[in-house]
Amino acid sequence: MADTGGMVENRGIQRWLTHMGLMIGVAFIFFPIWLAFVASTVEQQEIVRPPMPLLPGDQFVDNYARALTAGVNAPVMRMLFNSAIMALGIAFGKIAISLLSAFAIVYFRFPGRHLFFWLIFLTLMLPVEVRIVPTYEVVARFGMLNSYPGLILPLVASATATFLFRQFFLTVPDELAEAARVDGARPMRFFIDILLPMSRTNIAALFVILFIYGWNQYLWPLLITTDPSMNTVVMGIKQMFPSGDDTADWPVIMATALLAMLPPVVIVIAMQRLFIRGLVDSEK
Amino acid sequence: MATVVLESLRKSFGKTEVIHGVSIDVEDGEFIVIVGPSGCGKSTLLRMVAGLETVTSGSVAIGDRVVNDVEPMDRDISMVFQNYALYPHMSVFDNIAYGLKIAKLPRAEIAERVKNAAEILQLGPYLDRKPRELSGGQRQRVAMGRSIVRKPAVFLFDEPLSNLDAKLRVQMRLEIKSLQRRLGVTALYVTHDQVEAMTLADRMIVMNSGVTEQIGKPLDVYASPKTAFVAGFIGSPPTNFLESDPTQRVLPASCRLGIRPEHIRVVDPEQGVCVGTVVFSEPLGAETLVHLRLLDGQSLTLRQDGLLRVPGENELIGVAWNRSDEMIFSADGKRAFREEEDNKGSPDT
Ligand SMILES: Nc1ncnc2c1ncn2[C@@H]1O[C@H](COP(=O)(O)OP(=O)(O)OP(=O)(O)O)[C@@H](O)[C@H]1O
Ligand SMILES: [Mg+2]
Repeated sequence: MADTGGMVENRGIQRWLTHMGLMIGVAFIFFPIWLAFVASTVEQQEIVRPPMPLLPGDQFVDNYARALTAGVNAPVMRMLFNSAIMALGIAFGKIAISLLSAFAIVYFRFPGRHLFFWLIFLTLMLPVEVRIVPTYEVVARFGMLNSYPGLILPLVASATATFLFRQFFLTVPDELAEAARVDGARPMRFFIDILLPMSRTNIAALFVILFIYGWNQYLWPLLITTDPSMNTVVMGIKQMFPSGDDTADWPVIMATALLAMLPPVVIVIAMQRLFIRGLVDSEK
Repeated sequence: MATVVLESLRKSFGKTEVIHGVSIDVEDGEFIVIVGPSGCGKSTLLRMVAGLETVTSGSVAIGDRVVNDVEPMDRDISMVFQNYALYPHMSVFDNIAYGLKIAKLPRAEIAERVKNAAEILQLGPYLDRKPRELSGGQRQRVAMGRSIVRKPAVFLFDEPLSNLDAKLRVQMRLEIKSLQRRLGVTALYVTHDQVEAMTLADRMIVMNSGVTEQIGKPLDVYASPKTAFVAGFIGSPPTNFLESDPTQRVLPASCRLGIRPEHIRVVDPEQGVCVGTVVFSEPLGAETLVHLRLLDGQSLTLRQDGLLRVPGENELIGVAWNRSDEMIFSADGKRAFREEEDNKGSPDT
């Protein structure tokens, strides 16, 4: 006991140091968020007058209620709703399209299979930012400015998810498809009954990634939504900054920023549980 | 409960032909084992019967109906795969029931059939488990269950036991055999294990690089192989092939003499048909394998009862065999016969 005591102590100190390091890191990252939170709970005058308060004030309910119902240009509630539609639309749309196209590429031998595969591959090199001008033109001509389809569709077309599913489908043994065929399952039945449930961990992972990707879109919504009631929350924050000499309503802006951060956090935490269950359950 | 007739069946992948015209008549309720070395086309042949592989030419008929262009599900067959191919996310019950669900059978009947199958295969306690929570042998049973609930006319097996350990393999072999007997379903069974082939088969088909070398009852194939390949493949240790007859008699030009290890006896050097020195002996308990080098340099393996004396290394011993056990093969591997030989051991059975 006695001679191992030193080592245990030693390890204790080491662990302490590591944790200290981590805590400092967390505090460092968390500090701006804390400041934003503080700013969202005080009155406008308290923020602009130095020194900045470091402890929350008593205007929490007031500021958030104001942000949610009135906002600056549009109620934040409305913008959160727009963001949610856009993020969910992108996540579901991408997952559905990429599952189906990966299914086609892996399981069917059709003419031009390789060509399509390479075309999809090429889109990887063309994120929205690169093709933004022609895409804008197309969306505008379809009359989809200031609309949900306009927000969602151009971002749905991309290949990353298709690749992920293709890779996964390739690891599924061929015998499974053959067994299903002998059992009498037609291709779509096999897809729905067997391939989909087997991909559920991948789907969950992608959903998280794509939801956040969609939620954080900035440039595209900024470009095609001119009507404040179609603004998404991430770009909406920017729109709240006053132009010229107007004073910024910092408490409301900060409250909006925090509200904008919330859904991705909730999604990550909620899906994490599904993740872990999926990992523990993992098949094959 | 159906016959299976393959008629000059051929299969090419691209330009390479891997099955070169196979014809087989399988009777109703027969257990046929297809055996052959790796890559000879056993799986391909079976998969053509299943409908998982297209037929390049020739025809497959199941129960008098040519099924060349019929989907697997409509061929009235079921297949057990080498790696079982169980659906990993479904319970044992759902795995077994999946085919029936697709066939839209009433729920009560599905439950009834699955229950029966589970009973036959002793899977009752595992119906709620996922495949990964089962042992290899149990998974194997689930795969069997999946194929018997559908009450197919033909069972197809592609090396179903090769992922199991030796002991379980013997046990499952017996179970498969008794199950097939009980259900009376025609079965086609692919394996590269000759013991499985010998014990399971009503008739076995020995395949080699895309052609059938011999079709017959296991013991007939063993007793009178039609080709050198069959003689070498069936039987363990394999048949000895001697290029020149050590007994000083003259072999027909470029023929080989085949003699099975179990047909050779150890005798005193002066009494033997020929003599040789022992390279090494392998006492296996019940039997002993003795590897010899004959005086003319050819090697010979013999198999004797384990109770007999084990010859020591470098010992000079004589060996003898009955002439009726000799098999002569001509240069192309076909069985040839000496003029003086009587009909004993004729391959035409
Ligand atoms: N999809 C394919 N494309 C091209 N060649 C193939 C294909 N499937 C099989 N072959 C070839 O056909 C031949 C027979 O293959 P098969 O799988 O039937 O062998 P097997 O007798 O089952 O062997 P094993 O005992 O190793 O399973 C092999 O030479 C193989 O390379
Ligand atoms: Mg095979």
